Amino acid sequence: MKRLLLILCGWLVTAAALAQGNLEISTPAIGQFKASMGARHAQLLPWYQSGAVGLARDGTVALREPGAVPLAQRQAVNALVAGENADRAGLYREIARANGNPGWEPDIRATFAQRWADRAPAGWWVQSATGVWQQKK
Amino acid sequence: MMRCSGILTLLAALLAAGCVTINIYFPASAAEKAADTIIDEVWKLQGKPAAVEPKEKAP
Repeated sequence: MKRLLLILCGWLVTAAALAQGNLEISTPAIGQFKASMGARHAQLLPWYQSGAVGLARDGTVALREPGAVPLAQRQAVNALVAGENADRAGLYREIARANGNPGWEPDIRATFAQRWADRAPAGWWVQSATGVWQQKK
Repeated sequence: MMRCSGILTLLAALLAAGCVTINIYFPASAAEKAADTIIDEVWKLQGKPAAVEPKEKAP
């Protein structure tokens, strides 16, 4: 009887550990997206800081103020934004897939959107859940 | 003893249901942790304070 209870307790602890566990984020595909995004970040940084590019509520980046980008550079910035969004979409999809639940992609995306916005430094522009652009203070 | 084993069976069934639930529902806190780890790497925030370094005083 006591042993049975002990086994049940052990089971509960294991279940709790699983619930608190980590997601798999160390697949080669995820590594490639991270490396590509990390390399692009240095080029995007000045546009985040100027407010030309902001962090959108759907976990993407957006050229929110095209007028803040000199015409000569606008095509390059558009390409940066498109490349970043392609990587982000791939990253969210791949994390869901690597964890055996492709259906989690929208939840992964929503989680990232929240964390990108929360962790953005002061001065950057982020889009609220209602769609309003706000500068981080 | 009969009643006791009945209760245990019920408990086991509940626990099994709990385990299935854990596998189906989205692990929000684990996802946040994963997001933070990746954001650190992409934005290269490891070990660096979020605040901008103070500017040097003008002469």
